[in-house]
Amino acid sequence: MTASRTLTAVGWWVVGVGVAATPLHAQDTVPPAERGVRIGITYTPGARPGMLVLGGPRDGFQDSVRALLRRDLEFSDRFEMISLPGGDTAVLGVSPPADSSSSGPGFVNYGLYQALGAEYSVALTPSDSAFEATLFDVRGETVRRRLRVPHMAVDDPAFRLTVHQVADELVRAATGEPGVAASRLVFVSHGRLYLLDSDGAALTPLTQPGITTFSPAWDDSGSRLAYTILTDGKGRIMVRDLASGTERTVPPTEQGLNYASAFSPDGAVLAFTRSGDEGTDIYAYNLPQDCCLQRLTVGRFSDNLSPTFSPDGRQIAFVSNRPGLTQVYVMARDGTGQELFAPFDYGVTGSSNAPEWSPDGRFLAFHRDVAGFPQVFVMETRSRTVRQLTSAGRNYDPTWAPDSRHLAFVSERTTRRQLWVIDMETGRVRQLTQIGDTRLPAWSPRLSQPTAAASQPHDQ
Amino acid sequence: MRLTLALSVGAAVVIGAAAACGGGPPPPPPQPAVDSTAIRDSIARARADSIARDQARRDSLQRMERIRREREDSLTRIRAETERVRNALANMVHFDFDKSNIRPGQDTQVLEAKLAILQANPNLTIRIVGNCDERGSDEYNLALGQRRANAAKQYLVNRGINANRIMTESRGEEQPLNPAHTEDAWTQNRRDEFSIVSGGDMLKMPSGMGM
Repeated sequence: MTASRTLTAVGWWVVGVGVAATPLHAQDTVPPAERGVRIGITYTPGARPGMLVLGGPRDGFQDSVRALLRRDLEFSDRFEMISLPGGDTAVLGVSPPADSSSSGPGFVNYGLYQALGAEYSVALTPSDSAFEATLFDVRGETVRRRLRVPHMAVDDPAFRLTVHQVADELVRAATGEPGVAASRLVFVSHGRLYLLDSDGAALTPLTQPGITTFSPAWDDSGSRLAYTILTDGKGRIMVRDLASGTERTVPPTEQGLNYASAFSPDGAVLAFTRSGDEGTDIYAYNLPQDCCLQRLTVGRFSDNLSPTFSPDGRQIAFVSNRPGLTQVYVMARDGTGQELFAPFDYGVTGSSNAPEWSPDGRFLAFHRDVAGFPQVFVMETRSRTVRQLTSAGRNYDPTWAPDSRHLAFVSERTTRRQLWVIDMETGRVRQLTQIGDTRLPAWSPRLSQPTAAASQPHDQ
Repeated sequence: MRLTLALSVGAAVVIGAAAACGGGPPPPPPQPAVDSTAIRDSIARARADSIARDQARRDSLQRMERIRREREDSLTRIRAETERVRNALANMVHFDFDKSNIRPGQDTQVLEAKLAILQANPNLTIRIVGNCDERGSDEYNLALGQRRANAAKQYLVNRGINANRIMTESRGEEQPLNPAHTEDAWTQNRRDEFSIVSGGDMLKMPSGMGM
């Protein structure tokens, strides 16, 4: 915990001036160390490059942007965030450019940043009509990337997404891979569907209370959601266009119990699970042509459910209890060539459920019972080697972030049913939600424009 | 002499009376004497008739009342019987963790009782709703609940009940009977619930199922 406490110190410096509009993670509320007292830093160099977010003038908008950027960079889990207890504006601020006609920061104290262990630093400075976020390569003593941050109202629905996108680009500039800040999660809490920013803020209800929703899923463009409405033992699947807010029932799901759906990567096919007198099987329906319901599995004596498409759209992984307990299987998109996917030891391995293919296709996440407790597992799809990611408490229903290295999942490690995020590379975990009974999460792809969710009625 | 006269007058009266009775030239009939007997008789008859009619009416009323009561009694009986059958029908079947097989013993007896009820009431249609405890995957639990409902249905169908008389549904883990997070609660929540869809207004208790 030492690391995270010291890491939060600069965060607090940034947060110090009211950023009430951007609710922050609990860690950000650590009280400040004494002002004006220089103490050493407790940074321990690790595999991850050091990242220093520089201070700046105290201005509501800049403070909000800086706080968001800093947290997004931290949540990318790709940097060792460096902070000074108390935060020293005089040393860590960036002076304005000497030549007022040029944009960007003026004097940059690379030597100091190097001494602090930083390999990168980020500064936010005013420019002509907006602000500029600059990523410095501290070792190379150069500017790596400059990004414009338009000035906008902090409560503008586009504000958070815009800043998240800047953060993702900063991550890309530093590491070659963009971050995942500009993405959202959809999940169910007490029957209601909610959207949440990837940093755990901007909780937005999508459905009215009193309607029991189930198993939401994103399409690959991040513009549509499919989810089930459960009523009196029936389950119909809705497809909602997030930009317009319109939705419709997928016609063949007006009868029976239909759930656990998945869009094909091209968005044309919705695969879903149907339970009835004949058991539980996977079906596929062509959305744009509004036709061609196809049954992909014929269980007879086993259940087949929870389809997930491979990113190339050619395969569908699913679970089946044909070996007794449910295990992960795979088949071609048309239902042919069904075979075991995730290896297991008969009579030893617990049941495996809720598979989700990673966006890059390399992994399949699922949860598997270990001594009566579900744990999140990841299988490397080519070698089919399986790795257990969690062990504390009950952890289930994993869903991939767009970077194929972060996963959100339901955990009961502290309280009942909260969403947590794990970084597969570092093993770092953080709690994402604070509201109760959250489950069935689905992480969006990277979002390019704000979804219309903000225009939905807020009637909590 | 007076006596003789009196006797003769008396005789004349007697003869006169005899003559009147015996027909002959009809003197005006001595009304009062004749009336008293006939009227008494007729009054008695009328009274008897009236009493009889009253009695009959009372009897009929009583009979109707008795029939009404009997009918009411039998309705009450039928209602009570229906209620008992409904209660027997509502008995739940329970399952082991992550299992959908009907366990021999109590659960089989519960299903046998339902079989008898369905046989005794051919118009009865029922719904079986499968439920799960909160452990296990949320999505999988919908499938498991369905399998539990199907297992009970299959048991009854295998014993000769028309499959069309049994609907099945699954609620997964969405509707726990006991919301606690304990082994006891989970045991209660892994269940099939049975309810009447139609034909359940008047139910016959199968013979041999006195309850």
